[in-house]
Amino acid sequence: MLAWTIYISFLGAGLLLCLSSAHKSAARVIALLSAVGGFIIALAGAWASDGRLQEVIRISWVPSLGLRYYLAADGISLTLVLLTGLAAVTGILFSWNIQHRVREFFAFYLALIGGVYGVFLSFDLFLLFVFYEIAIVPKYFLIAIWGSTRKEYGAMKLALYSFIGSAMVLIGLVAAYVVAGANTFDLLELAKYPFPLGFQLWVFPLVFIGFAILAGLWPFHTWAPTGHVAAPTAASMLLAGVVMKLGAYGALRVAMTLFPLGLLAWQKPLALLATTGIVYGATVALVQKDFKFVIGYSSVSHMGFVLLGLMTLTNIGLSGAVLQMFSHGIIAGLLFAVVGRMVYDRTHTRELAVLEGMDLGRALPFAAVTFTIAGAASMGMPGFSGFVAELQVLIGAWKAFPYYALLGGLGVILGVVYTLRAIRKAFFGEHPAPPEPGHEPPPPITLPERLGSLILLAATVLIGLYPRLLLDLIIPSLNAPWMQHLVNGGRP
Amino acid sequence: MNYGELLKLLAPESILALTLLLVLGADATFLSGRAPGLRRAVAASLTVAGCMGAIYWIFFFPIHGHLFSGVLVVDPLTQVTKQVLLLLTAATALLTLETAFTPHVGEYFGLQLLATLGFLFMVSSEDILTIFVALELASLSLYMLASFAKGNLASAEAGLKYFLYGGLASAFLLFGFSLLYGLTGETLLAKIAAKITTTPRDPLLVVAISMVLTGLGFKIAAVPFQLWAPDVYEGAPTPSAALIASGSKLASFFLLEKMMTIGLSSAVGSGAFHALAAGWVPMLAMLAGLSLIVGNLTALAQTSVKRLLAYSAIAHAGYALLGVIANSSQGFVALLFYVMTYGFTVLGAFGVVAVVERQTGSDRLEAFAGLSRRSPVLAGVLFVCLLSLAGIPPLAGFFGKFYLFAAILRAGAPSLGILWLVILAIALSAVSLFYYLQVLKQAFVREAPLELPFSVKPSTQLVLILLALCVILFGCAPDLLVSKLLLALKAAAPGLVF
Amino acid sequence: MPARRADLARGFTQGLSFLCLALVLGISGAFVPNGGLQAIERHAWISALGAEYFLGIDGLGLVSILLTAIITPFALFAWRPPEAGAKIYYALFLALESGLFGAFTAFNFFHWFFFWELSLIPAFFLIKLWGGPQRARASMQFFVYTLFGSVALLLAFQVIFLATGTFDFIRLAELGRTGALTRALTTKLGIGEIAAQTMPLLAFLGVFLGLAVKVPLGPFHAWLPPAYAEAPASVSMMLTGVMSKMGVYGFLRILLPLFPDQLRQWQTPLLCLAIGTIVFSAWTAMAQKDLKRIIAYSSINHLGYCLLAVFVVVQAEGAAEHKQAALDGAIFQMFNHGLSASALFCFVGWLEQRGHGLRGLDDFGGLRKIAPVFTGLMGIALFSSLGLPGLNGFIGEFLIFKGVLALQGWAAALSAFGLLLTALFLLTILQRVFSGPLPDKWAKLPDLTTAERWIAAPIIALMFVIGVYPQVLMGIINPTVGFWVTTMP
Repeated sequence: MLAWTIYISFLGAGLLLCLSSAHKSAARVIALLSAVGGFIIALAGAWASDGRLQEVIRISWVPSLGLRYYLAADGISLTLVLLTGLAAVTGILFSWNIQHRVREFFAFYLALIGGVYGVFLSFDLFLLFVFYEIAIVPKYFLIAIWGSTRKEYGAMKLALYSFIGSAMVLIGLVAAYVVAGANTFDLLELAKYPFPLGFQLWVFPLVFIGFAILAGLWPFHTWAPTGHVAAPTAASMLLAGVVMKLGAYGALRVAMTLFPLGLLAWQKPLALLATTGIVYGATVALVQKDFKFVIGYSSVSHMGFVLLGLMTLTNIGLSGAVLQMFSHGIIAGLLFAVVGRMVYDRTHTRELAVLEGMDLGRALPFAAVTFTIAGAASMGMPGFSGFVAELQVLIGAWKAFPYYALLGGLGVILGVVYTLRAIRKAFFGEHPAPPEPGHEPPPPITLPERLGSLILLAATVLIGLYPRLLLDLIIPSLNAPWMQHLVNGGRP
Repeated sequence: MNYGELLKLLAPESILALTLLLVLGADATFLSGRAPGLRRAVAASLTVAGCMGAIYWIFFFPIHGHLFSGVLVVDPLTQVTKQVLLLLTAATALLTLETAFTPHVGEYFGLQLLATLGFLFMVSSEDILTIFVALELASLSLYMLASFAKGNLASAEAGLKYFLYGGLASAFLLFGFSLLYGLTGETLLAKIAAKITTTPRDPLLVVAISMVLTGLGFKIAAVPFQLWAPDVYEGAPTPSAALIASGSKLASFFLLEKMMTIGLSSAVGSGAFHALAAGWVPMLAMLAGLSLIVGNLTALAQTSVKRLLAYSAIAHAGYALLGVIANSSQGFVALLFYVMTYGFTVLGAFGVVAVVERQTGSDRLEAFAGLSRRSPVLAGVLFVCLLSLAGIPPLAGFFGKFYLFAAILRAGAPSLGILWLVILAIALSAVSLFYYLQVLKQAFVREAPLELPFSVKPSTQLVLILLALCVILFGCAPDLLVSKLLLALKAAAPGLVF
Repeated sequence: MPARRADLARGFTQGLSFLCLALVLGISGAFVPNGGLQAIERHAWISALGAEYFLGIDGLGLVSILLTAIITPFALFAWRPPEAGAKIYYALFLALESGLFGAFTAFNFFHWFFFWELSLIPAFFLIKLWGGPQRARASMQFFVYTLFGSVALLLAFQVIFLATGTFDFIRLAELGRTGALTRALTTKLGIGEIAAQTMPLLAFLGVFLGLAVKVPLGPFHAWLPPAYAEAPASVSMMLTGVMSKMGVYGFLRILLPLFPDQLRQWQTPLLCLAIGTIVFSAWTAMAQKDLKRIIAYSSINHLGYCLLAVFVVVQAEGAAEHKQAALDGAIFQMFNHGLSASALFCFVGWLEQRGHGLRGLDDFGGLRKIAPVFTGLMGIALFSSLGLPGLNGFIGEFLIFKGVLALQGWAAALSAFGLLLTALFLLTILQRVFSGPLPDKWAKLPDLTTAERWIAAPIIALMFVIGVYPQVLMGIINPTVGFWVTTMP
């Protein structure tokens, strides 16, 4: 059943391509229905799951190479599949106003979603890689066609970074496939194979960093701010919300699962990179002039927590990392929605200095309130999902590397400061400029926007208050035998 | 030896030769003086019918045999390859309908058929004499095809360049062959191989291998024998360039593989990073590495789409060489899969270029602006083909590349000595995405100055869509072709252990 | 809710706040003063984090929520926001109140921290959106300082959780009492030898910092005067009346039971900090011209006494009865200061309304003649604040000094300076604002309206009631403190 999340998205994309370009509202409705369908399936899947691995489909694909079409889901996959569903639905709601090449927009959008679902559900590494790459191309076009601010540059940078990352992954995967000599890409079977230490020492960082580029690992994060800024709202929501998670998920599912010895050897350096990312992203976000850049860099900072959590190799740190993936996906999506859709589409500027004079707090109270709540969630206020996640990550970090935990705390403080700065400048400017004559107030927030915001807000509060909903999925999957070394500090 | 049997074994070739005569005859007799459009249509239909007939014959009369102990080999593997070659020619013929560069319709289609005939013989020969003859048959036809647009200076230049370089390469090849013959006293590949093992390693052998590689390297446009390719691709009429890029490539790679793995199977050597050993593998590895680097990096700077495709073809020759270097049955199958699907892909790309060129008069990048508005079908085909060339799943190009990498690494397993070449190839495929996206950016992102829809012939549309579907199909279900090739290879050479 | 229905919003909010007051009164009616925890509600929340929804009250908690329930309606009546945006104001106000209630009743760190932070956001926006001219800076300072403390607190608790595996205050108090917490912090963390030795201290410092910023204890007080001064009257009332008590509450609820050893070890420096806070804040208050700032500094000063009591009782020697007195006094002082300081802010707010935004010490004079009711009521509040016997302020300070004098005489002696200075500057207010010649421009200054009199009356009455009959509160506080003192290591 879960496999239909993938099929529905691709079917929707195909259907849109067959549609005449004149039918704009039909395109929107088809896209929304596909996304909602996917989300409902994801919900049903999560509802029925107890977090342990369940097979969805497993058939031979290319027997001579041992490739399988093998879809399965454990709690971690399901968490991210749910996130994808949420991001897909709300992203469409926030792009309801798109007028330019509507059908193509949603077709690319759904193709991206389908690829993302596929990555999260694949347990055959070749299949996973296929879906991973499928997701690259639609991103490029979404940004290059419908983006803003240096869109072609941002799109190309993102595409090349992703592709270089995936090239690194491919090298590692093919090498592991050949070295294991088992003629299979089945994750669970490869995980049993004891790769020699010398091999793991170079393959692990190759594959990990290959994935982590997409997760915004410092210093390979530079695609993220430009990409996020250039992307149209829905695409930046997906980029921050889901695509960055692809990287973190891949790093966890592939690199960390297959190469435990390499992981142990590289644990400290990678944790250092993750922590640097936390502090660096936050510091840079502090001085940005462009509203969207603030959020872009904040994504780098928050993804640093995910990677730090992964590197702790403790039960609590890992479950925190997965929770943080979910949480950041929702919160960043919401922030981008406010900045890109509610503010930029109406004011046509993202310069904080200009916004400061607009008094948007009064002109767009809904946007102000939404952004404030999302900002509070983003800065890790208790009651929102980010708090629980970062708390778990930091507790894990205390266990593994206390000094990084302190730096993580610094990151949290900086996060508060830059978020407040953005809120203050964007919505509660102190010196509103007198409105120019003939200046019209921005159009009011539309129903789809309200709906989208409410869905995301509800999700972050729900998970913030009752994280068990997800933790009950995540923790059993961490207890699976092939994950044991990950929660035991790296020892099998 | 009975001539009836020979005729049966050579039936596809004979059908093709008959078609050739028919095309020439029809065009010269009752079609002469008619509208060029009609003449093209008839010639193309005849060509397609001939190709289809040959394919049909192979499909329903699978006769196999070794004639003259290997001068002519007809086995399942050559049959599959021939079918694909005929398909490629049929598609090229249909795409030719989009162009109107010559009044000599019959001759043009005839030469296409003649070149194809050469390809078929190249595939079937395992004797250096017939190999050379078949190669020359194909090459001479291609020289003429390249220079066929007589009114166009670029086409003439392309033809001349192709001819001069080709002549030189043929000379090298012939010299190499004669050295091989001199060293072994044999012309059959298998026997040459047997003799080389008994002869002590000879500097002359190295010279001979180098000469052979020079000659064949020219055909597959591997660096440093690639200099002709950009000018020919750009200057030659688009269908000619398409045939050079697709059918000729496939036949040449098939030949190269046989030449190396059968004829020189005892002078393999090693290309592993820490254990280089003399032989043709390190030489080919060098060629592959150079082709990858030069092809991909030079393509970055191109503004003409045909030139871009030329440099990408050089790079793709580098990828395909990995399959030869693997020197294993998996490598052979991977190579064939790659070159076959590359043929479909590049035909699709050239088909789109042909239409765009006819409609806008240019093949510059800017000519593709707004393509997705002006003709969604063409844009879609271009999208599929270029992304397949870039190696994006789930398209055939991705699986082909992956299969090559897996094959070459597995051939050397558990040592990963050849990994350096794989890393190079994968890294440069990331570079290649950049230039393919440059074209797609024009087609999808940029707006055209005037958005008049393109008029595209239904036949062209049909062919292009079919090609794109093939690319998708073989990407999603590569086993359709891979299992067939594996079976054929097993049947052709039971107990084959490279 | 429609934006224009500000009246509706206000009525709704006031009604709710009264409902809360009634509920709290009901709870205190049902409260059995036996020193134990009651009205417990406990549910599993996040098992992986040891987070529980754990709610209960003891004497300290009851006094705190009583204070919250009393001050909130008082503040709501004392000041009204402009019509536009009023509904947001009321929403934030209610959020603030619920945050405060939550923080005062939680017995699991996770649960407690949730409300601790929850109260921060509405407070920030109340200052930010309805504050005075310097509100942006003030609110930002307030938020960042407090959050810095919170993060330190959070980091410390992460370490504690890692060492003990629980967030439960009761359980942690038990561990702290037996010294197991310190041992766990030293041994259970998988880090190097030297780092492990300092871990208990680091955890202590983290918690201390988080709480000290909130109270605030000098030198972490820099955020307070601007925040109190810029906030609208009602918010200042909540900030000083209730929110600052969260810090003291934290000291009593968390730091004292969890880290007795560390507190004892650092007693002298901590006492010095408390005394410094008391004396210097009083000193600074004397130099201020802005009435709100004066009261703000007096707030710091008054809460300093509470901390003095807390730091004094940690020592091992000394009779239980003195410790009891000191802690009784501290809790008493919490409540009393809440009443008197919020009353003072309320009066200053009214004065500011009448004085067209002026609230300087020297801007007024002789108001006694034209606004006798105002003078009288504010005078009562001032005297309550400086601890005149018969009014509520006296009992708390008396008890604290009684305890401190017996336990650490020198500290009492030094803090007595603060007492003196407080009396000085509070009397200065009385003198400068209410007596002396009446400037002409204030000749038409109206006295308190009937409504305002009714608003102030209950609070003033309460001051007298508690001053005369402290047993109302003492009965609640005493058993709890008694329990603490007897279980103190």
